[in-house]
Amino acid sequence: MVQRIKLYIVQNGPLLLTFAVFLLVYFVGAQMYPVMQKPQVFFNLFINDSSLLLVSIGMTMVILSGGGGIDLSVGGVIALVSTASAAMLRSGVSPYVVLPLMIVMGVALGALMGWIIQYLKVQPFIATLMGLYFTRGMAYIISLTSVTIKDAVYKKIALTPIYIPFMEKAYIYPTTLVGPIMLLIAIYLLSFSRFGRTIYAMGNNEQSALLMGLAVPRTKVLVYAFSGLCSALAGIVFSMSLLAGYGQFATGMELDSIASVVIGGTSLAGGVGNVIGTLFGVLIHGTIVSILQFNGTLSSWWTRIGVGVLTLIAIGIQSVTYIKRKHS
Amino acid sequence: MKQMSFLRRIRDSRLFWPLMAWFIILLFNAIVKPSFFKLSIMPDPVYGNHLYGNLIDIFNNGAPLILVSIGMTLVIATGGIDLSVGAVIAISAAMGTVLINPALGQKLISNEILTRNATNTPLPLIILADLAAGTLCGLWNGLLVSRARIQPMVATLILMVAGRGIAQLITGGQIMTIYYTPYFWFGNGYILGLPVSIYIVALVFILVWLLVRKTAIGLFIESVGTNARSTYYSGINEQNVTLLAYVVCGICGAIAGLIFSSYVHSADGNNNGMYYELDAILAVVMGGTLMTGGRFSIFASIIGAVVIWTFTVTVYSLGVPANALLAAKAVLVLVVILLYSDFARRLRYQLFERRGSHHGTAN
Amino acid sequence: MAELSKEIVIMKGIDKYYPGVQALANVDFTLNRGEVHALVGENGAGKSTLIKVLTGVDQPDAGTIMLNQQKINIRSPQHAQALGISTVYQEVNLCSNLSVAENILIGREPMKWGSIDRKAMNARAKEILQKLDVDLDVTQTLGSCSVAIQQMAAIARALEISSAKILILDEPTSSLDTHETEQLFSVIRKLKSDGVAIIFITHFLNQVYEVADRITVLRNGALVGTYETAKLSRLELIMKMIGRSLTELEDMSKLKQESSQHIKSEALLEAKGIRRANALEPLDLELHGGEVVGLAGLLGSGRTETAQLLFGIDKPDEGSIVIEGQPVNKYSPLNSIAHGVALCPEDRKDAGIVGELTVRENIILAIQASLGWFKYLTTREQYEVADKYIKLLNIVTPSPDQPVKNLSGGNQQKVILARWLATNPKLLIMDEPTRGIDVGTKAEIQKLVISLAEEGKSCLFISSELEEVLRTSHRIIVMRDRKKVAEFSGDVTENEVMHTIAGSLTETA
Repeated sequence: MVQRIKLYIVQNGPLLLTFAVFLLVYFVGAQMYPVMQKPQVFFNLFINDSSLLLVSIGMTMVILSGGGGIDLSVGGVIALVSTASAAMLRSGVSPYVVLPLMIVMGVALGALMGWIIQYLKVQPFIATLMGLYFTRGMAYIISLTSVTIKDAVYKKIALTPIYIPFMEKAYIYPTTLVGPIMLLIAIYLLSFSRFGRTIYAMGNNEQSALLMGLAVPRTKVLVYAFSGLCSALAGIVFSMSLLAGYGQFATGMELDSIASVVIGGTSLAGGVGNVIGTLFGVLIHGTIVSILQFNGTLSSWWTRIGVGVLTLIAIGIQSVTYIKRKHS
Repeated sequence: MKQMSFLRRIRDSRLFWPLMAWFIILLFNAIVKPSFFKLSIMPDPVYGNHLYGNLIDIFNNGAPLILVSIGMTLVIATGGIDLSVGAVIAISAAMGTVLINPALGQKLISNEILTRNATNTPLPLIILADLAAGTLCGLWNGLLVSRARIQPMVATLILMVAGRGIAQLITGGQIMTIYYTPYFWFGNGYILGLPVSIYIVALVFILVWLLVRKTAIGLFIESVGTNARSTYYSGINEQNVTLLAYVVCGICGAIAGLIFSSYVHSADGNNNGMYYELDAILAVVMGGTLMTGGRFSIFASIIGAVVIWTFTVTVYSLGVPANALLAAKAVLVLVVILLYSDFARRLRYQLFERRGSHHGTAN
Repeated sequence: MAELSKEIVIMKGIDKYYPGVQALANVDFTLNRGEVHALVGENGAGKSTLIKVLTGVDQPDAGTIMLNQQKINIRSPQHAQALGISTVYQEVNLCSNLSVAENILIGREPMKWGSIDRKAMNARAKEILQKLDVDLDVTQTLGSCSVAIQQMAAIARALEISSAKILILDEPTSSLDTHETEQLFSVIRKLKSDGVAIIFITHFLNQVYEVADRITVLRNGALVGTYETAKLSRLELIMKMIGRSLTELEDMSKLKQESSQHIKSEALLEAKGIRRANALEPLDLELHGGEVVGLAGLLGSGRTETAQLLFGIDKPDEGSIVIEGQPVNKYSPLNSIAHGVALCPEDRKDAGIVGELTVRENIILAIQASLGWFKYLTTREQYEVADKYIKLLNIVTPSPDQPVKNLSGGNQQKVILARWLATNPKLLIMDEPTRGIDVGTKAEIQKLVISLAEEGKSCLFISSELEEVLRTSHRIIVMRDRKKVAEFSGDVTENEVMHTIAGSLTETA
């Protein structure tokens, strides 16, 4: 039994470490700012970071698939989805048309980028950087200024609180649930579907995966399409939480998301990691951002610098542990 | 036969495709809007009489991009990428304007102080501080890539995002406006009727060219970009070569930021140099340097940058809004990268010639 | 069902060109059902190219492939697998981050309720492995298993996924110990009795005689012939593989004899107890001027690691190196150049040539490295150096300005040699300098090594072709399991060294 526990700890070391770091960070924050001891602050993490969680789930898959896989377009897709849906709603299109349309658009954009990466052999960061600029540019073409959303359905979804049972006055919004639902779907896909196992296989060694007869090209396109789906959902959630659409939304989200994924223990080289780690990565990121915000004297730009430092630390820890593992 | 090989030499030259693209854009202007080429002499009491027109604008406003492309060429030639150039421009611009601000260090800030054409910091010190900031950014990127072995894309992404935070930190989150004519000279002044920025670009080009082509550094950069491992095995310290490329890129970004802030009389940490990384990558790729590294030509990248700026000025002169251009440019980058890919290259050779030996172009 | 013919695969007149080389020229090959067919030849003979053509990795430029008497085009490795052709490579091409069971069954996992049924998958994998008499915990990650187990998993995968009718084993035994090899052979015999046709590629001739029914010999991309194992003596086989007359061999040994007079008595390089974790056990080594020292051993025996430590690519954890009385205290290639040490690395493509650069630039690279950033050789000086070595080493290139990637493998190797000779080294370490290059160039390089020694240089010659080591070296050091196990003078027999390389356990023939 002890042996088993040991094995479990060794196998899930990075995940447990991330979890421990989250507890530590939250504990320190709660000591500094007693407000954080309220349960609502914890649920606010999910509310505020629901879009980040969504894009990070997609990002995890892309990074897991290896070969320098990365999706820099996530912030742009959020901006485009929010602006496009706001503009469509303003001109009176039914939200029941807008929502599926946005999802289709996100998937199509992702699939297109994946296709370009797979078949035209363009480096992922170039292709998705183009995606970022393209989507932001398109958002500006739709509207140069912020577009507010007045649609009743959107407002209703956005503003109806769901109270957490057995907890007084702690609530979340329906949009908050999208992230956790996608998380469950991603867990299923990554652990129990052929698609997910192929992602791990190609992330470890794309050549081997090809020689094993796995559908590597198709999987790669699908991975980016899935990331596009996550970004589109994030865009919808984003526009609902702010009830607006704007081309400048979610600037720098790509780094926030990469940081969360890396903090969550996923290797930038691919093949190692999982989405549960990413969830804690997002929560750590959110906690640190809220601590920075609770400290009123720190201005908003410190968040950006903070995220940069955080990414660096995460990458640093990762490279040290992987080097160690290689040598043992 | 000889003529044939001459034609082929022209077509194989790195300059052929960017020059061709430039020619097409100019031709388009000549047909659609002949006034594009109008050059006139503008009397100017502040900076002296000078030439005026779209063509001058291309070089004057395009100077920051050209400078950044020079640095980016070296970085891409090592097989890397620098996504932080836009942020470096913002940091340098913030640095310059904050130091110029006559209210610097004073507690009582009156409007009279801010609008006075004066500064408490000597101009050479401002320039040095800018260059130092750029060097530091370059060192940071270079050390992360060469010593910490972080992928260039991720390493420079950190500064791309955090750098804008740093720029805002420097200016205290405000958009800094300045009024100090000696500083404005860099972006608005003229020498012999031509903008000062053209001379700065020429100077930087000559210095960098001398640095890479009259020493072994250029060869080492190409060697690192082609095969870093072989380069190391040959006794070359490939880490320092890479580091140097990022430092040069950082310095180029700083000079670009200086010209930029001088030109617009202000610094905005959020928006200065936005999307410059995209344009610079495009310029370098158009100049025939492969994204995977190896052979490079600084001059070809400069032509690439000029083409992009001509394109930009043309589109603006047609009345297309700036942000719409962004989407168009993204598509353009992709098309250009595809045109320069191995796949397209093979296709071209199949179209143009039979099996034959392919002669590399060294410059 | 119609009677199946004896032959399952017939390849006829296969040609394959790579840029600069003809890798296969008019090669015929037939494979029968239920036979073990050994494919042998030296490095660069065309074995791997033939396999690539048969498995759809590369398309032949000419020739036909018949499978079950039907002409087919094998489009891709997946297509080959679908046709029942599976390959198990020396470096196992599986995913080390997945479990053993997944590696065996990925792509065809048992499903239940729309998700992978892990229980059934593990049970199935265990069952397949048990058929091969392998019993282990299939849920552990593949990366934590020995190479032998990984290979068993690869074979198990080949049998299960593509219900392989043809199994290609590419150098499967090179990193296995004797017991594991035996285990593999029993699996091979079992598969053979089940009617699977097996192509077996190996460097170990005794293994060929142990399991193969027929032998096909390739040399320089051409077919030498296909023979019944029982009717071909070992000596005949070696002659066919090497294809050189004995007189030429004697010629070389005479050269070697003569040059041995020039060996200096004082040591040029002295390594004492150099050790590096996971690379090399403590090693003592002494190299003299005018001497060729051969380093023999299998892949992974510590040969390359020794070369890299001596050249300063890696830093030893312990021990010291003294060159001409001066202790080395900084380990880097640049420092080694300053000490007069040069290394032609094993991996020509990845660590040797700089493909985009011209022949001239490649040749001057190491001199320029020692001169530093700012003392740039003038173009004229560059051409002088390049022209000198192009002539001296007989490098075949249209001009010094040709990108080196356009040259053939042999000429690329010469360019790397030129790069190091240009630095005028006192010690030249050559790690597999003749791998994958044509016979003519091979002989040239071997002669060059001896003539360098005559000039008073010290050469450390590493090769997996024992015969070549024997021919060129005055002294031979044998390595096994990251240790130096023996040292012989130059007139040792091949058999003796072979015994030492293989250890005490093998060699039954």
